[in-house]
Amino acid sequence: MGEPVEFERTIVRVSPASLTLAEVRDLLEAEVCWAQDLTAQVSAVGAADLMSDVLAFGRPGMLLLTGLNAPQAVRTAALTDLPAVVFVRGKQPGPEVLAMAQQAGLPLLSTPLTMFEASGRLYGALFAAGRTDA
Amino acid sequence: MTEVHFSRAFEIRGGDITNAGRVSTEIKDLLKGMGCNASFIRRVAIASYEAEMNVVMYARRATLVLHVTPEVVELDLTDEGPGIPDIDLAMQEGYSTATSEMREMGFGAGMGLPNIRRNSDQFVIDSVVDRGTHLTIRVHMA
Repeated sequence: MGEPVEFERTIVRVSPASLTLAEVRDLLEAEVCWAQDLTAQVSAVGAADLMSDVLAFGRPGMLLLTGLNAPQAVRTAALTDLPAVVFVRGKQPGPEVLAMAQQAGLPLLSTPLTMFEASGRLYGALFAAGRTDA
Repeated sequence: MTEVHFSRAFEIRGGDITNAGRVSTEIKDLLKGMGCNASFIRRVAIASYEAEMNVVMYARRATLVLHVTPEVVELDLTDEGPGIPDIDLAMQEGYSTATSEMREMGFGAGMGLPNIRRNSDQFVIDSVVDRGTHLTIRVHMA
């Protein structure tokens, strides 16, 4: 029986630049399902439907991009201090998910884009060569 | 453990998907209120949430006791459930007995116990088949 694979060294690229949630909304043509404000800073993005993976590699400042429209997405993000959750492919959070996000103070957005398209746009914005602003 | 400054017991119900994570959220809020630092709280919260999800997914019920001293947070979790026949196997990343229903919640991919171990400084697990599983998770403040 081999040693379990250790994921400590999993690389989540953190950009020296960052985006505000308002910029994320514009880039992803997203609808704001709920947010107190859109000033939180995003310096990394995790695209995942598996919340155990997010718990393993998540870090503060990492936006969660997910197709998992379930309370566990909100719990996971709130427990690990992620700045917001963006649901892909136009998924709309139900009342239970919304209420949980409001209670946790966690902004929720919904983008019509696919996970791939949304990831690509965010990657480009955070890591585009020569970007030195923000 | 040395001097315990704070203890509280929480009940977790198996199958209660709606409330899954509520105990971990309460623990996180308590530690925040005590002024613990954010990265320490994250480690406790992740270990606690994975343990809580395991109870919700697999066990009938569990009691989680939180102990806090100035040096360490301990989570002592005792569940009544099917137990784990082969702990070494369960500790392997990717090994899982989860159903598709559990996977639809974003869990059950065989990451839970490894995630708990990764976020704890001491992790003890023992289990009796058809009785239940007992976890002790300690996270040091420093």
